[in-house]
Amino acid sequence: MSKAFVTQLSRKFKTPPSSCYKYARSISHWRQYEMGPPDPIVGLNEAFALDTSPNKVNVGVGAYRGDDGLPFVLPCVREAEQVNIQNIELDHEYLGIVGDTTFVRLAVEFAYGKDSHILTEGRVAGVQTISGTGGLRVFGEFLKKGGHNEIYVPNPTWGNHIPIMKNAGLEVKKYRYYNPAISSLEFDNMINDLKIIPPGSVVLLHACAHNPTGMDPTKEQWQEISKVMKDGKLIPFFDCAYQGFASGNAPEDAFAIRMFVEDGHQLATVQSFSKNFGLYGQRVGALSIVTADEDEAKKVLSQMKMAIRPMYSNPPKHGAQLVKTILSDERLSMDFINQCADMAKRINEMRIKLRTALEEGGDRNWEHITKQIGMFAYSGLTKEEVTALRDDHSIYCTLDGRISMAGVTSRNVDYIADAIKEVTKK
Amino acid sequence: MTAPSKNYLAEIPMGAPDAILGIAENFKKCTDPHKVNVCVGAYRDENGKPWILPSVREAEKMLMDDPSENKEYASISGDAVFVEQAIKFAYGQQVDLDKIAAVQTLSGTGACRIGGEFLGKFYPVKKIYIPDPTWGNHISIFENCGLEVVRYRYYSRATNGLDLKGMVEDIKAAPDGSIVLLHACAHNPTGCDPSHEQWKVISDLIKEKNLQVFFDSAYQGFASGDAEADGFALRYFVSEGHNVMLAQSFAKNFGLYGERCGTLSFVTQSADEKERVLSQVKRIIRPMYSSPPVHGSSIVRKVLTNDKLTKQYYEECAFMANRIASMRNLLVEELKKAGSTHDWSHITSQIGMFAYTGMNSDMCDKLTLEYSIFLTRDGRISLAGLNEKNVAYVAKAIHSVTDGKSITTTE
Repeated sequence: MSKAFVTQLSRKFKTPPSSCYKYARSISHWRQYEMGPPDPIVGLNEAFALDTSPNKVNVGVGAYRGDDGLPFVLPCVREAEQVNIQNIELDHEYLGIVGDTTFVRLAVEFAYGKDSHILTEGRVAGVQTISGTGGLRVFGEFLKKGGHNEIYVPNPTWGNHIPIMKNAGLEVKKYRYYNPAISSLEFDNMINDLKIIPPGSVVLLHACAHNPTGMDPTKEQWQEISKVMKDGKLIPFFDCAYQGFASGNAPEDAFAIRMFVEDGHQLATVQSFSKNFGLYGQRVGALSIVTADEDEAKKVLSQMKMAIRPMYSNPPKHGAQLVKTILSDERLSMDFINQCADMAKRINEMRIKLRTALEEGGDRNWEHITKQIGMFAYSGLTKEEVTALRDDHSIYCTLDGRISMAGVTSRNVDYIADAIKEVTKK
Repeated sequence: MTAPSKNYLAEIPMGAPDAILGIAENFKKCTDPHKVNVCVGAYRDENGKPWILPSVREAEKMLMDDPSENKEYASISGDAVFVEQAIKFAYGQQVDLDKIAAVQTLSGTGACRIGGEFLGKFYPVKKIYIPDPTWGNHISIFENCGLEVVRYRYYSRATNGLDLKGMVEDIKAAPDGSIVLLHACAHNPTGCDPSHEQWKVISDLIKEKNLQVFFDSAYQGFASGDAEADGFALRYFVSEGHNVMLAQSFAKNFGLYGERCGTLSFVTQSADEKERVLSQVKRIIRPMYSSPPVHGSSIVRKVLTNDKLTKQYYEECAFMANRIASMRNLLVEELKKAGSTHDWSHITSQIGMFAYTGMNSDMCDKLTLEYSIFLTRDGRISLAGLNEKNVAYVAKAIHSVTDGKSITTTE
């Protein structure tokens, strides 16, 4: 606000002049607190912003960029916005604790399939959440309340999974998943680890486009995982952040979830609409739990509400309204599918380009770059190499060598490849 | 450690329904054409409809037409420009931003939760003193943060006014260094605020006891119609040297309810302390929801960085507050017209969204069952739900359930 305007306001509202506020501070209660460590992923963005190099590249945070390197708002989202703002029925009133129920229905249909019998049988308890993170946290608190003390996650997994579950009061245990030495799943070890998890435990699985490795089980491997978990009475919990974005085909990306439903698991799913709909900062997500029957679904829903109300009362409206408008319209849904597929297509093209550039004149095998799927390439770079990439080439990715392919463009792919070849020179 | 038995879901009991939102759900289901919702604290216009502030609508259109606006993630601490404007709105334009550690939050609830988690994690005295009564959700929020919730007397149902004596006694009895929650203005549910002189007494006592103050400000601008005046208590405490914490909501004053827009802030001693506090607050936010939703905060940012929209906003907010105030007067008038001989002056002396009528739970239940008037069972009515069309009906109903009975309790 301009100073003149403030003076005008204070005259109107009779505010005393600022000079009468003296700042006689009492001893602060916060003086002894130490600086907390920066978040490994989000902290990158901050460092990137401060970098003055004209060649700087951000391949850190998993947010899609067009080939121009700019943030991308899906045209169907822009259109939904126009539709919504004309709609006088839409306002900013509070949603219920569970959020927009139509949105939730559309969300679970998107994941499980419209005709899934668990939906028609009323067995799914679903709530709108603050994107994927919010859904994970609500589920963690729900589990803790229900007597769970631990949860199993793949090694590696998205970094934030661990503090989310810890803060929910759960001990986080890992099962083997990816072997960087072979740049692939260590499937036998994974199965062996799953077999020794105590019955009744919750096991987190990435529905598709595993973050950070991009390595997903094959269909046959998923079948075996399902069987082992059924025999072992384990509870599958799917983190689904890339549906539609991984292969470009949304139902295909939900294969594992749907197969597990058919196999009769009482699973849970957290969905994020950040990447596939490009709604990142709108924080759109859903958490659903498959229960035994309608009655149980009601009880489970009430317990999820008890975790939500003292956390944030009810979820944010705007983003969920956009998804609702799109998914409840046939043409907009089609547009969404195509636009999402286009994003996935560009990512895949960049994978091919990057791998080609890396293997040119080099002696390393970069096959995993094109074997992996989704937003990220798990490069295999060491911490030292990543640091060198950052310090010497202004290329920012996370210390585990995870590269966000969305940040790769036809303009910077050669620069990135050259820099990687440089830092990995023996 | 063995996990629970196979079908753990079968053991799950039905969770208690939320008192306030549960009643709103019942209102929705009710088919009585005379039904009145004086339960949830959301503004309604003279036709009983939700009202989107024109300045908010205009800001939304501007955002939509601006190609530089996108849907990217905000940082963990939120939209920095929004946060700065929000802090200035609360503390005054001259506030020393270098010393205020502030983050965007999921409205007031989110701010209370993050602030409570911070206190539960770092503050040595795990006791928080909250007024009796207070907004119901406060208790649940702070208990979930691992804090012991203790009540201090606040409202006297014998006088339907502030119980300053009881408040002072209870705060005196608190262990030194405890946390104390204060409603910045328009106390929820009573609408009964301390006077300036009473705030001075409270401030001096709190200083003596070295308590950590946590202000909850959900009605700035909406209480008296004058946002600067509504900021008195917070600004007075800051000027008196308290290192306050503030939970700020834009749900009511900007009508942004469902967009979940708010801030949490700490008055610190130095820029260095500010950074350290911020870093720790971010570690609480990241594993809860990563980053806040940007739509609501973008609207507030747009309004408060635009002189024309800001002026318009202040007028619209005052307009809402004035309609509420006129409903207070009208309700008391209608109660008298209906033949009530009770002293209803507390309804006009209270401030903000709510009137704490003094009705007991039996009377409230009767109002709901027989007259389809939906209110919370503590006798709190949301004046925003009243308008010229329904106020006579509500007054008659209140008269009939309170006639010949007391609306005060003897102590």
